[in-house]
Amino acid sequence: MPGQRPAARAHPAANTTMLFGSPGDDQTKARRFRDAALPYLDDVYTVARYLLRDPADAEDAVQECYLRALKHFDTYRGPAIKPWLLAILRNVCHAEFTRRARSAATAIDDLPESGEATAPLWQETEDTPETQALQKRDANSIQRMIAALPEPFHETFVLREIQNLSYREIAEIVDAPVGTVMSRLARARAMLRSAWLAEEEPSR
Amino acid sequence: MTCDESDILLHALIDGELDAGHAREVENHIATCARCAAALRTYRDMKAAIAAEDMRFTAPAHLRQRIEAAMPQPRGTSRRSLLAGFAMGSAVSAMAATGIVAIVLRTDDEQRLASEIVSAHLRSLQAGHLTDVLSTDQHTVKPWFNGRLDVSPPVIDLTALGFTLIGGRLDYIDGRAIGAVVYKRRAHVINLFVAQTPNATHSPARTEDVQGFNIRRWRDHGLNFWAVSDLNADELAEFSDKFEKAMQANGNG
Ligand SMILES: [Zn+2]
Repeated sequence: MPGQRPAARAHPAANTTMLFGSPGDDQTKARRFRDAALPYLDDVYTVARYLLRDPADAEDAVQECYLRALKHFDTYRGPAIKPWLLAILRNVCHAEFTRRARSAATAIDDLPESGEATAPLWQETEDTPETQALQKRDANSIQRMIAALPEPFHETFVLREIQNLSYREIAEIVDAPVGTVMSRLARARAMLRSAWLAEEEPSR
Repeated sequence: MTCDESDILLHALIDGELDAGHAREVENHIATCARCAAALRTYRDMKAAIAAEDMRFTAPAHLRQRIEAAMPQPRGTSRRSLLAGFAMGSAVSAMAATGIVAIVLRTDDEQRLASEIVSAHLRSLQAGHLTDVLSTDQHTVKPWFNGRLDVSPPVIDLTALGFTLIGGRLDYIDGRAIGAVVYKRRAHVINLFVAQTPNATHSPARTEDVQGFNIRRWRDHGLNFWAVSDLNADELAEFSDKFEKAMQANGNG
């Protein structure tokens, strides 16, 4: 990028120091990327856990997402970092869905696309301290109901209710018009509402 | 409004995404429609229940380390301070993640922005993060921003007026690149964040206290300014007064 550093040459003042090397180098880029992207690691990981429903797959997807994001950080021009990261993560997750669909034709019920989930899709394999908070009856049953939502309603709901993203940001991430996001969210909440009300019924 | 329309729009109402006119229409419909009123009640209950639970996950430490290990390592920054940076990153996102607070504040862009500005200020105070270009010369700091931002912030030397110019930094607020001009008053750092705004009207400076820091913000010449510091409110006001006067005298920086 020529013409980006006229300052240092035009004013070789003794009190001028470029910290962290020249602006274009890998270290500077990596530091900027860290400052911009790492504060959202928990957000990205949370969405990965919801979308993939598996801790190990979620970790792989998040790492892949951050590596891709770093690679494309040079050309990143906005809008905002978090939706940008989540859009990359979503691509990674969809690639994983495709891989699962191909490699496990027999285990169809692993697929989030299988909407009419009969068994709870949300299952923790082990009771680690991290998951203990989710074992509480309420959070757990809410988790299960959310997990039973079919795509693309599930992802829309997670981005809205778990990530608190605006409709505009969700539209950016899922690459769909805002109107589509609104109708998907309405469908998602309507489905969840049925499950919600059904859960209340038998207890009386 | 029909029930079909209300079925979609009441979600935007719940989420604070509707403009005032449509919000009134939905509310009018709900006032006269028991079906939609019941739906709205359940949706609000659901939302409240979800907000009350911790529905988020924390990235495991080894995942942070894996990502970290895959990145080019910065020169002149010890591993120790990098980890401090990570700790801060997670503290910041943990703050943002405290469920119901984040949801209540969500539609209040200004408040969210203010807390992001405090976070950026805190980040900058970590070792090695305060300045990208370290110079007390405004003619060095100003051109440094050129090419890094669409609009480079006005850089004004206020040293003679009691506020020492330290340098400049490229920062991120709300996920967007933003210029920060760094000043010092005694031991107190002042970060002056400057961002372009389509709003050209002048807005006089006012101070608010956010998480124990003072933020003084004003708008001038199509730019939004936020000065943030742990400096007391009077001296921060003095800073913005002097900055604004100097900017006028300079003919817009
Ligand atoms: Zn109705």
